[in-house]
Amino acid sequence: MSYVNQSLQKKDAMALVTGQPVYTDDLAPKECLIIKILRSPYANAWIEEIKTENAKKTDGIACVLTWEDVPKKRFASAGQTYPEFSPYDRLILDQHLRFVGDAVAIVAGETEAAVDLALKRIKVKYRVETPVLDMHTAKDNPVLVHPEENWESKFPVGADNKRNLAAKGHEEMGDIDAVLASCKYTVDEVYHTKADQQCMMETFRAYCTKDHFGRLNVVASTQVPFHLRRILGNALGIPSSKIRVIKPRIGGGFGAKQTEVCEIYPAIVTWLTGRPSKIVYSRHEALICASPRHEMEVHVQVGADENGIVKGIKVEALSNAGAYGDHSPTTVGLTGHKAIALYRNLEAYNFDYEVVYTNVQAAGAYRGYGATQGIYAVESAVNELAHKMNMDPARIRELNMPVEGERMYDYDGNLTHTASCTMDRCLARAKEMIGWNEKYPCRDMGNGKVRGVGLAMAMQGSSISNVDVGGATLKLNEDASYTLSLGCADMGTGCDTILSQMAADCLETEFDNVVAFGVDTDVSPYDSGSYASATTYATGNAVINACSELKKRIIKVGAGMLGVDAEEAEFDGKRVYAGDKEVSLQEVAYKGTCGNTQELQVTTAFSSKISPPPYMIGAAEVEVDKETGNIELIDYVAVVDCGTPINPNLARVQTEGGVSQGIGMALMENVQYSKEGKIRENSFMQYKIPSRVDIGNIRVEFESSYEKSGPFGAKSIGELVIDTPCPAIADAVYNASGVRVRELPITPEKVAMGILKAQLEGENHK
Amino acid sequence: MLKIKNYVKAESLEEAYELNQKRTACVLGGMVWLKMGNRNVTTAIDLSGLGLDTITETEKEFVIGCMTPLRDLELHEGLHAYTHGAMKESLRHIVGVQFRNCATVGGSIWGRFGFSDVLTMFLALDTEVELFKGGRVCLWDFVKMPKDRDILVHIIVKKTPIKTAYLSQRNTKTDFPVLACCVSLSEDGVKAVYGARPSKAFLLEDEENILKDAQTLSEEEKKEAYEKFADYAARKVPTSGNMRGSAKYRTLLVKVLTRRALEAVGGMSDEN
Amino acid sequence: MRINFWLNGVKKEEEIRPDTLLLDFLRSLGCYSVKRGCETANCGLCTVLVEGRPMLSCSVLAARIDGKRVMTMEGLQEEAKEFGTFLANEGAEQCGFCNPGFIMNVIAMTKELADPTEDEIKEYLAGNLCRCSGFVGQTRSILKYLEYKKNQEKEVQA
Repeated sequence: MSYVNQSLQKKDAMALVTGQPVYTDDLAPKECLIIKILRSPYANAWIEEIKTENAKKTDGIACVLTWEDVPKKRFASAGQTYPEFSPYDRLILDQHLRFVGDAVAIVAGETEAAVDLALKRIKVKYRVETPVLDMHTAKDNPVLVHPEENWESKFPVGADNKRNLAAKGHEEMGDIDAVLASCKYTVDEVYHTKADQQCMMETFRAYCTKDHFGRLNVVASTQVPFHLRRILGNALGIPSSKIRVIKPRIGGGFGAKQTEVCEIYPAIVTWLTGRPSKIVYSRHEALICASPRHEMEVHVQVGADENGIVKGIKVEALSNAGAYGDHSPTTVGLTGHKAIALYRNLEAYNFDYEVVYTNVQAAGAYRGYGATQGIYAVESAVNELAHKMNMDPARIRELNMPVEGERMYDYDGNLTHTASCTMDRCLARAKEMIGWNEKYPCRDMGNGKVRGVGLAMAMQGSSISNVDVGGATLKLNEDASYTLSLGCADMGTGCDTILSQMAADCLETEFDNVVAFGVDTDVSPYDSGSYASATTYATGNAVINACSELKKRIIKVGAGMLGVDAEEAEFDGKRVYAGDKEVSLQEVAYKGTCGNTQELQVTTAFSSKISPPPYMIGAAEVEVDKETGNIELIDYVAVVDCGTPINPNLARVQTEGGVSQGIGMALMENVQYSKEGKIRENSFMQYKIPSRVDIGNIRVEFESSYEKSGPFGAKSIGELVIDTPCPAIADAVYNASGVRVRELPITPEKVAMGILKAQLEGENHK
Repeated sequence: MLKIKNYVKAESLEEAYELNQKRTACVLGGMVWLKMGNRNVTTAIDLSGLGLDTITETEKEFVIGCMTPLRDLELHEGLHAYTHGAMKESLRHIVGVQFRNCATVGGSIWGRFGFSDVLTMFLALDTEVELFKGGRVCLWDFVKMPKDRDILVHIIVKKTPIKTAYLSQRNTKTDFPVLACCVSLSEDGVKAVYGARPSKAFLLEDEENILKDAQTLSEEEKKEAYEKFADYAARKVPTSGNMRGSAKYRTLLVKVLTRRALEAVGGMSDEN
Repeated sequence: MRINFWLNGVKKEEEIRPDTLLLDFLRSLGCYSVKRGCETANCGLCTVLVEGRPMLSCSVLAARIDGKRVMTMEGLQEEAKEFGTFLANEGAEQCGFCNPGFIMNVIAMTKELADPTEDEIKEYLAGNLCRCSGFVGQTRSILKYLEYKKNQEKEVQA
């Protein structure tokens, strides 16, 4: 029986659906000190004086920490492979507060009430300074977000704290200006995306204890257990060997938990007091002092010849890092790379970017990681180009999309050839599913409502080439079961399950005979973690390699038992045999525990020189109310090439979930600041994510290619799926209403006002 | 965090009233709003033991206890029929079923929130509130009264022959409205109430008699009259901007929703 | 203050503070299925049944359950497993953090609505947020579950 490409239940499913206590806060010891953070009310201020005596004297308070009590060495909190591209610009607590919500003091106590009281008793004298709140004026602004001398960038990413730059760069191929000048049709527009929030249902949380060796044990809701261990070591100024990180079940991540957001607080409290402690972020904190998407303004110039061949793309991205530079140099790279590479006929391209520091919440990693912003901009510009040429937007894609075996300027700027890719089939099928030819561009429903359709294409990667490491430890147990130990982080996506499916097939054993374990940095093999669309591809390959290696060892032990050379013996999952002689796997397993010198356990690491892109087409049908501007999403069709879907159900739900997040980004999720720099959408009452009545129908199909370098032909899926809704919905709204919205979210107000404006200008769309 | 020192489940309204005379006391509604604040309450007064969580329908009126959950209003067949579905329409967008099982009509009305769908709906009906000391007060007067230490006991909706339609525009389906509009048509003429302007609900009456003889008009003329009234509403209803929408957009919505609500209530037939 | 109530069918007497929220109280009693996803009564993760009615335990004072019957998922394990299997068969349980509140409301819905349409299902459950699944897998699982229950009833009648 083969398990790959089967829709098995997740291994942890029944525990989750019956509400078992498997998450961080369910597991935290009752005696944990409760930690809360005093937060800055100002966007840019210095602590002139901070009085904590009264707070410390409060009954039940164990510890109050301020900037004077923490190490003075800066660190990066981005969960990235060392040396991080992200600048080392943070302290656990700093005298300089850089956004509304920045940490002022850490309070730990026996009860929440005691901590609340102590927080009130801390007296702070602030020196309030003018903040930099507008990303357009941040570069070379006299106000510096990071004026400090010990700010450090470990990598040449164009960062310069004396210019408010977290990254700056330029890439090019060919003479873009000449190519654009030669194009019969060009579009030149700016697209603006917001600092959208991941909103995993479980907010940031962690608890810490000290063990019998005096080591710090950290149980955290994280996507990056190994990076977290290093970051905490850096921050505390202690060797990582003193730290053990355990990841239990976690309630979603979407990139938010690829950054150390809250873990440092219990870490320092427990390290200093020796007592167990925990922190659970409120939703308010998760929305004002966490790690959202980078707000970006992306200026796109794109040109095509009279036949619709896209010849040049120029992308200039201005990205808002906020107060700290985590993930800033890396996210912006994808903004250009993943969008530009979608066009195979380019004669020239330019990609310029600047990531600026400002005094707002620091951005981080969010599913799509910069590609989402770039693809929204470039795909929108190409849709606008198609309209200008009077060409069907589907047709312009057909002429320019990536095609297997044809040229591609890849994610590293090299001219290569597209490997596994069924974008053409994805488009054909998406058109069929949504009824493109019948519905494009729009249908008047005769009741003041118009339905329009729009589409977009997208690609992402599968792991960071030459960087990400997938790890797997596989052992044969005494009872002939296998334990698959993992260092990647299942965050609800089901990677423990799909990696076990792969192992079961490789080992020719039952799925239930594979026990998945993870993550404990003391025990699990090193893995970069679950981000960058890496797990299925990189860790999957590590699992396959571990299986082959372990099989060899099983054969070796079995052959020894049979008294034959290993080369003569074979293994079929149940027995090792040579000719008519055989020993069962169970016998081999017992042998492993008795007088055995051949370890029946292997650990493998995998890293890839390439990052094979998954592809997809998203197509939306919306209904616009011409008077109120109200937008109903009627239907969303997603056709995906993720290579072989290892578990079609889980791949489908990944897609549905990603599309739904993309719909939120397109239509409702907004982040606005008060003039003091305070986020106005600071609760679920104000930051509106889609509910089940907001999303219409989402329909997903797969057009699978076979990726030769991937495990069982698989590529990634997790991030890709958030990339198409913004451009597809934007064009559907345009096709229905004639209104082009270039600043997300596309609200009814923007549409209604656009319609009104067009009416006033006497324009007639169609 | 909300802090409560003492909790008293009142055994009578008299007791509740007495306890509530202290400024630091607080009558508990459904708790959904109260618990979000940072209040320090010395005595929390719970009315849930006083049988005030029911809707009584008589020939003349609906008497709604202050502790009635919004969900019960939504499901009440008598109110549904009387308001031609407007009651349900005004409630079904409010967050979710569990929220509406918690939130009480008393809490919603007492709060006199600008964004309140509930208040907007009741203001369009012939509604009175019954205060423990203050007695029966027209809802419109109650809305204008400063918050005092009295206790809201009942909400009474008189069965004046009426037709109503409730419309709202929201950025997401379960969000607060960007604008809510409830139009009622009775023998006395039209009343249009606007909520979430975003401040307190506003009543618009037909001072220019635009719809005075609307019943007698032809379909064509009716349509024209509705348009005219919608323009009049857009002129008269004050709006302002907040994070959910600008004043300009709200005024546009006033116009559109007014016309649509008028069309929905149609030309006042004798059915009532 | 002291309250008497039934938790998952078992009579209890407990000492509470007047401002204890039911959510925190239930977790302190070991009902860890009850989750908090926000502070503003918007997410539905904390849904429990009070006298059979789905309520947001984040917005109910523990004091108010005096004399009442409260059910959490700890007391509805069989029902949770039965529906949860349908959910898991779609892969739509995902991270699982919203599952208990969602499933409690599904259980409440099946008791309150007879033969609901897809729109009615969505409206009833609109107050249960989920960020992983995009909801459509949840809807599929509910429709299949309701179909299964219908057939089960038919078999019983036959």
